[in-house]
Amino acid sequence: MKPAPFAYAKARSLDHAIELLGRDEARLLAGGQSLMATLNMRLSAPKLLIDLNGVAALGGIAVKDGTIEIGALTRHIEAERSADIAKHAPLIALAMPHIGHPAIRNRGTLGGSLAFADPAAELPACLLALNGELEIAGPKGKRTVKAEDFFKGLFETALGPQDVLTAIRVPAATKDTRVGFAEFARRHGDYAMVGLAAAARADGKGLAGLRLAYFGVGATPVRAKKAEAALANGHVDDAVTALASDLDPSADVQADGATKRHLAGVLLRRVAKQLMEPRA
Amino acid sequence: MSEHRCDIKLTVNGETISETVEARTTLVDFLREALSLTGSHVGCEHGVCGACTVRVDGVIVRGCLMLAAQCDGAKVETIEGVSDAGEIADLQAAFERRNALQCGFCTPGMLLTAQELLRGGGVPSRDKIREQISGNYCRCTGYQAIVDAIEAVAQERAEAKR
Repeated sequence: MKPAPFAYAKARSLDHAIELLGRDEARLLAGGQSLMATLNMRLSAPKLLIDLNGVAALGGIAVKDGTIEIGALTRHIEAERSADIAKHAPLIALAMPHIGHPAIRNRGTLGGSLAFADPAAELPACLLALNGELEIAGPKGKRTVKAEDFFKGLFETALGPQDVLTAIRVPAATKDTRVGFAEFARRHGDYAMVGLAAAARADGKGLAGLRLAYFGVGATPVRAKKAEAALANGHVDDAVTALASDLDPSADVQADGATKRHLAGVLLRRVAKQLMEPRA
Repeated sequence: MSEHRCDIKLTVNGETISETVEARTTLVDFLREALSLTGSHVGCEHGVCGACTVRVDGVIVRGCLMLAAQCDGAKVETIEGVSDAGEIADLQAAFERRNALQCGFCTPGMLLTAQELLRGGGVPSRDKIREQISGNYCRCTGYQAIVDAIEAVAQERAEAKR
């Protein structure tokens, strides 16, 4: 199918984009790798598309004061190749090859993926596992929202109608940082049936500050808090058992709830191994 | 300023093109319908099949997930241009030799996707080749012959460099 007619405007700056968002039924276009598909299928039909590509203020990767900040318009391919992300945000580096296919990663942006908030997408779960935050600009200025407050529901976020996601920030990794990532997808690069992003600090033989963020098991990325408590003490079997109360995945086109729950346990064992290994 | 029609100026296969396009026209439809470059195919139109793969500013993209209006100032290359330039002559020959195509619908996208990997140099593993073409559907070959062809060309090129 072909998109319904819309007007197209190139945003000249962040303020210009916010101003244009004030118009009736306007949508932001970043990498377009999800939005364009919904336009082609007429699942959405905005009156105005505001192209953010070219707004320089939305790009760039910077490390300062123990935090790594990644501009919303950073493309997946840039993140995948970034030495700063590999060093300071190793969980994001681990997740990156699982996101889409090469041609998709050449266009798709980190901010676009987070703002779209597909429940089976990798980055929202990574941000939740890393206890990251999102910087949002709107008509009243900038504000910061924690990842756990950002994902509200199915494709629903804390972004208001005139808001632009401008950057994400995650704590920079230290030598004690441990991360793990695994997912099941029917075809490499497709959205996951179930996936798991995890981050922790090595603490003696155990793990401190462990955060397990599952995706593809609910309307938003989901923390598995009972499993976290069990795994932090080194009890992998108990952690897998605890998933029964942590997760309540409903069936989707990919798998039924019981299958997803089983796969979540398999992933937990794989990720637990990764978490126990010191980083190279 | 915000318009339903946009004036764009870009190069396609080295040739400068100035056109007025509807804002909603995808890049692949523009190439096929305005420029009659029908080597880029329209398959699923939602970014899954990879038949519409073209190069924009040197990297492969989905022609169905980008607007022609976004290509103002861009350098676009299609299978016609890349083929005529001789850049992938060895890859095309290998596809033919190893029966890596049957109906040919996926082939232009498959060739451009493979070339992006091969341009990086070295001989990628078969797993890496499969990962690279994971976003390109082929419903004829079962992929084995395609992986064979790409691997063979990687080896040939590495050999020729020695």
